[in-house]
Amino acid sequence: MKKYFAASGLILMSFQLNERAVFEAYTQRIPGTEVTFDMTPIPAGTFLMGSNDPDFPDQNPVHEVKLDAFWMGVHEVTWDAFELFLDKHFEESMTEGGLGERVDGLTRPSLPYLDMTFGMGKEGKPAVGMTQYGALQYCHWLYLKTGIFYRIPTEAEWEYAARAGSKSRFFFGENDTLLSEYAWTNSNSQGSTQAVGLKKPNPWGLFDIYGNVQEWTIDGYEPDFYTRSGKENPFNPAEKLYPHVVRGGSFKTIDNEIGSAVRKISDPAWKRIDPQIPKSQWWFPEAPFIGLRIVRPLIPPSPEEIQAYYNQEPIADY
Amino acid sequence: MKTLNSRRDFIKTSALVTGGILAPSFIVPGAYAAPANELKLAVIGCGGRGTGAVFQAFETGHPIKLVAMADAFQDRMDSSYKAIFDKYGKDKVDVPVEKRFVGFDGYKKAMAEADVVILAAPPGFRPSHFEEAVNQGKQIFAEKPMATDAAGIRKVLAAAEVAKAKKLNVVVGLQRHYQNNYREVMKRVHNGDLGEIVGGQVYWNDGGVWVRERKPEQTEMEYQMRNWYYFNWLCGDHIVEQHVHNIDIANWAKNSYPVKAEGTGGRAVRTGKDHGEIFDHHVITFTYADGSVIHSECRHFPGAANRVDETFQGTKGKVFLSAGNHGVMTDWKGNPIYTHNRENQPNPYQTEHDELWATLVKGEYKFADAENAAKSTMTAIMGRYATYSGKVLTWDEALNGTVDLFPEKLAWDAMPKILPGADGYYPHAIPGKSKVV
Repeated sequence: MKKYFAASGLILMSFQLNERAVFEAYTQRIPGTEVTFDMTPIPAGTFLMGSNDPDFPDQNPVHEVKLDAFWMGVHEVTWDAFELFLDKHFEESMTEGGLGERVDGLTRPSLPYLDMTFGMGKEGKPAVGMTQYGALQYCHWLYLKTGIFYRIPTEAEWEYAARAGSKSRFFFGENDTLLSEYAWTNSNSQGSTQAVGLKKPNPWGLFDIYGNVQEWTIDGYEPDFYTRSGKENPFNPAEKLYPHVVRGGSFKTIDNEIGSAVRKISDPAWKRIDPQIPKSQWWFPEAPFIGLRIVRPLIPPSPEEIQAYYNQEPIADY
Repeated sequence: MKTLNSRRDFIKTSALVTGGILAPSFIVPGAYAAPANELKLAVIGCGGRGTGAVFQAFETGHPIKLVAMADAFQDRMDSSYKAIFDKYGKDKVDVPVEKRFVGFDGYKKAMAEADVVILAAPPGFRPSHFEEAVNQGKQIFAEKPMATDAAGIRKVLAAAEVAKAKKLNVVVGLQRHYQNNYREVMKRVHNGDLGEIVGGQVYWNDGGVWVRERKPEQTEMEYQMRNWYYFNWLCGDHIVEQHVHNIDIANWAKNSYPVKAEGTGGRAVRTGKDHGEIFDHHVITFTYADGSVIHSECRHFPGAANRVDETFQGTKGKVFLSAGNHGVMTDWKGNPIYTHNRENQPNPYQTEHDELWATLVKGEYKFADAENAAKSTMTAIMGRYATYSGKVLTWDEALNGTVDLFPEKLAWDAMPKILPGADGYYPHAIPGKSKVV
């Protein structure tokens, strides 16, 4: 880590670094605010990704994947943090010492005309309804605030972390009878998101990985991707706006559609009732069930790669 | 001027508004004849919403050709035209450069090219645009709200009468009227399933909307036109521009309009130079002729709890409604009376166009939304008058208000009536001091 930060000192030296000497769990404070979130280390390793279930050909075949180490958010990102990013005036009012110039150039979401909490509440609850571009720009904002490269996970990283060493459908076994101890789903959510962290975590300390809200990954979705995805740090760069892979179940997902290997996809229908053209790059007014969980690679990419990652232009959506 | 509808009058209007639930649709001899070829459409106001409405018109599948466009700004015109042309191509989009009217006055010429017009400029322009469209005998889709002050409402109400006499269809984008949960619940409310509605609460509490920053090259007029949400002559304040949706539902549930309003509002957190003159919260008590009371609340407070929905209490039960397709009616013991199925519901922004254009292609006359939309807008304006002045306003006092917010002259170098002080901040209403009517 030291070596990396030295090499990229030009871009990072002005930040208050949350430098870690060791690869361990930590709490990230959003500078100048009371808002924090927890990150937990996910060790480098090899695992068997996918399934051979013939009913779900997009999970086939089981294949070996090797991943570098990263930290992952213990919880899904909540409105407490996401709303600071949404509204510069609000962020200013909540930040001791002012915002400075670092976030000046940031592209922020258009404030949603509709109530994007869908009446489900904010405090401690997962932020929902953002596009993948919005999720990515949230990470950009975090980077500008903290100097640390946060991003959304690849599909492989997500599944590796969810499995936590297991080979079964769930990290707790094959049968979904225990699911309600670990996840808010259609069967126990009363039709709403719930505060994060109320259920039991998985063995690697991740809460709500199977439920509450579905989580963005960076991958474009192709049903046959596993036949050619490669072994080391695989991911599928998206060339189209739809579909992207989303992982995990949500408060609306029925239990038999949940599992570590299950691949779900983003859908233009989530923007159906957006009455504007062009449709919002930032919001899905019919997706109260999509949220995000962030990761931080142990070895971050070069500053140029970081800039390229955050500066991906959104694809226009008519 | 007749200012308060009787229940009977309201039902006559709302029969049309609700798409013929109380009265069958009818073909009026001598109503405008549907053309043999495609209907010609013009869009006035080419922002995101006007452009979106053109898409929704095309998505009805009826034979429509876009023939003219008007917007105050060249860049909005260009981006709108490009989006529409890229999607629908030359078969549906025939708007040569000389039919793309840029500036304040282009709307008259654009309307003259068309059979049907979409009115989607900022709300302050609605009265003059609506009046012109009616005078030209056009079929109309108008976005809400219908005006930003009482002078504008009086103009719209007068034109609405002419539109009825001319049998011009008018659909207004209070899209909850075209959403199934609202239609199904209101049918039951008007049928007496909840008894008499004695009270209710309507909310639009969220974090607020976009802000457009001032640019050095802009004249004051251009800046206000760009950042229009924060100026009353253009927007009417968020109680009018946004919360009208929920207030309109209260009027629909009550089948009438309130006789008085009193309330409290102010600027608690949104107080910058970028934020013009509008308040960030309004809390109103609306009283109806029968003494029943509706509590109305709207605020733009980031970080605070959101709530956008409507609840009503009747002598036999209560109901919870939201744009998220909620429609939950229960009696006072909690037994269900009606629960709307929220899944797989049509898109109301599309339904309003589907129903309008299906009527237009048949040459029928079926929709007269303007009067209710104007009166619901007036209800919201009355609420603003109450919070701005700190006084109790009757419907008649509000509707007969003589304060006209509109500039004397519309030109890029002309001055709006509201101007910033030397410190860059705009004056805003002070309850107890400000004269609003």
